[in-house]
Amino acid sequence: MKVTLKVFRYNPETDQRPRYDIFHLEADPNDRVLDLLEKVKAEHDGSLAYRRSCAHGVCGSDGMRINGRNRLACKTLVKDVGTTIVVEPMLGLPVQKDLIVDMEPFFEAYRKVMPWFINNDPPPEKERLQTPEERARFDDTTKCILCACCTTSCPVFWADGSYFGPAAIVNAHRFIFDSRDQAAAERLSILAQEEGVWRCRTSFNCTEACPREIQITKAIAEVKRAIITGRLD
Amino acid sequence: MQVHTHTFDVVVIGAGGAGLMAALYASRNQAKTAVISKLYPTRSHTGAAQGGIGAALGNLEEDHPEWHAFDTVKGSDYLGDQDAIEFMCYQAPEIVYELEHMGVPFDRTPDGRIMQRRFGGHTNNKTGKPVRRACHAADRTGHMILQTLYQQNLRQGTHFFNEFYVTDILFHEGRVAAVVAYELATGDLHVFHTKAAIIATGGWGQLWEVTSNAKTLTGDLPAVLLRRGLPLEDMEFFQFHPTGIFKLGILITEGVRGEGGVLINDLGERFMEKYAPTVKDLASRDVVSRAIYLEVKAGRGIGGGKYVYLDVRPETVNKYAKLDGRTNPDGTPYVVTEEILRKKLPDIIDFCKTYLGIDPMKEPIPVQPTAHYAMGGIPTTIKAEVIRDENNTVVPGLYAAGEVACVSVHGANRLGTNSLLDIVVFGKVAGKEAAAYAKQASLAPLPKDAADFTREQLERIKNGRGNERVAHIVAEMKEVMQEYVGVFRTEEGLDKALEKIRELKERFQHISITDKSSKYNLELMEAWEASNMLDLAEVTALSARNRTESRGAHWREDYPKRDDQNWLKHTLIWMENGKHRFAYKPVVITKWQPKERVY
Repeated sequence: MKVTLKVFRYNPETDQRPRYDIFHLEADPNDRVLDLLEKVKAEHDGSLAYRRSCAHGVCGSDGMRINGRNRLACKTLVKDVGTTIVVEPMLGLPVQKDLIVDMEPFFEAYRKVMPWFINNDPPPEKERLQTPEERARFDDTTKCILCACCTTSCPVFWADGSYFGPAAIVNAHRFIFDSRDQAAAERLSILAQEEGVWRCRTSFNCTEACPREIQITKAIAEVKRAIITGRLD
Repeated sequence: MQVHTHTFDVVVIGAGGAGLMAALYASRNQAKTAVISKLYPTRSHTGAAQGGIGAALGNLEEDHPEWHAFDTVKGSDYLGDQDAIEFMCYQAPEIVYELEHMGVPFDRTPDGRIMQRRFGGHTNNKTGKPVRRACHAADRTGHMILQTLYQQNLRQGTHFFNEFYVTDILFHEGRVAAVVAYELATGDLHVFHTKAAIIATGGWGQLWEVTSNAKTLTGDLPAVLLRRGLPLEDMEFFQFHPTGIFKLGILITEGVRGEGGVLINDLGERFMEKYAPTVKDLASRDVVSRAIYLEVKAGRGIGGGKYVYLDVRPETVNKYAKLDGRTNPDGTPYVVTEEILRKKLPDIIDFCKTYLGIDPMKEPIPVQPTAHYAMGGIPTTIKAEVIRDENNTVVPGLYAAGEVACVSVHGANRLGTNSLLDIVVFGKVAGKEAAAYAKQASLAPLPKDAADFTREQLERIKNGRGNERVAHIVAEMKEVMQEYVGVFRTEEGLDKALEKIRELKERFQHISITDKSSKYNLELMEAWEASNMLDLAEVTALSARNRTESRGAHWREDYPKRDDQNWLKHTLIWMENGKHRFAYKPVVITKWQPKERVY
């Protein structure tokens, strides 16, 4: 099949402003959008810049806006988006070149929620015990690959980049609801701050954008409830 | 290209499981440590590991580190060094508990302990039947380990240089002096003056057309060392995982077969019964990949095509579990439901849905062998020290761990779940050893022209005016590697591959690239990566041509027998002024004499 690929282009060293380049390509309906970008790079314009690595939706490198929606280019098939495909960088983070955005503000917010396991008791000789039910409590939020598709789809984040954003809250949730972790109270007090969960206006954009199908809005709601009730059930 | 200089005690190159474990231990041992990665650390390919990490915890049934060690030796087709294998397998329980203490969310048994599943080649040594040894977190165990190790490094304040490509390592009188890196965001060069360097950059599966490996796995550091006159070990041994998604190569974990999935040919036969009567679908990967190829060759691929089915539909699983007399740990018959499998294999089900449009609970999965794992690599001692020759002469200050290294714990064929184990065990060793070395060593003098060799390579690419395109050269390389340096090899085929690779290396001298800019010049770096892959393709084909026997993943149709008389030894290969040279290193045998390998 024939597809028209319209790609956002911006080279900070030569361009005053961004433009869109159009490529007419022969594609298989099962091609990934990433395959199309690779084809452009190999055959048409080697200077096209975007991040990619695993090419099967687990590393989180190639988050971008495809026909207006945040997706991973390697997890989006041509047949699912049609024959005219518009590819743009994620919104809300500064564009560095073509489809590459500055990820530092995103990771900075992530680091603020203490995204690491804390249990300062001396560990037992073997594993700490955890029931399958306790383990299931935070399973969904362990799936996050830090691709930023959620955070950069959030209207609150677009308006004010100081909001931690959904990805950081997801990663806090992963520890807050882990029965082995001891720092839930600290994390909840961080998330209760001005830049925290109360900024969320439940637009569900994040949940829709997540390529790992994490119930992000639900996770944020659970954090809000834990702050109010002080309970972690 | 502006040049910046930094000073560290230990520089870790690569931020997957091995690099992050090394960094954690180097900085815990008071070394000023930097981690340099060409990606953001959480993008590393450790995150793609699915099925589990092997450790004889015995949480569900009897198991022993000694059984694990023997299975690994047998899996390696007796080419693994048994001192290193014993060390790794005896360390395994402790290090899995350590990961759990760091927060890795393993799945749990009903009584709250770490859950374990069956995996290829891991057996009860008394009965020969599969044993539950793979500790897992759903089917994203590597993801959980990678995230956890990254998080613990953040907690510890490790210094990260993300999206920096290490392009060179400099030595002074034989010891490490500096690591040179190219910063993607700016195009600047950075010289890391350091006492020690740890290489942990993973594999090079991008040499092949059908691969489970990330596009960034291009073998940069092994190529850097070749250019600096150091050898690589056992490059002829590269594993093809039996179950990649047809055409795409995306990995379908062996855990699918661990949970009871079976391989089926066009006649509807469970053909592994013929090739491995005892463990059947859970034979080691080299055996299963060859079996798939032989079925396809005999015209029993699905519809006569180049693939077979991996069937994990509950009714199929239950049918064969019953035929096999498979039981749960409590002795009751093994029965699965769709609900159980969906919980155990969520990502696999998601991959099938996304890339094939099928639900593996309702339809079988079309699979073919996919390039997966480098058993060979940078030769090291059991303490992760890089060596420069067949006498195990150590390169002071240089360490390697994980897939990039060849200790060798995997020999001629790696068992599933032993890669995650390898990276944490030897990452930890490398971190500790490098920190100890740095404590007593001084900085070697920094050469004035430290960045010159890198600048020269990159400028030659940038200023190239020829008509050759990098993408075409890489595509042609992958094609010949797939055809002639894959699961089955012959001298004739390897000669063809070598001729082609040499032609491609020549053509690479006449490339040009479009992007001349400094910031985020990925085209430049991909061209440089291609030069690395060509060097590795050549040493891989040469090593394969040189080894006139069949062992583990290296199968020569013209020499179809293992030849312990002549080949129970490791290959070392050097690249000197465009010429190659071999030497050999004996296999370390502690208590298991080689015998015939039957599954």
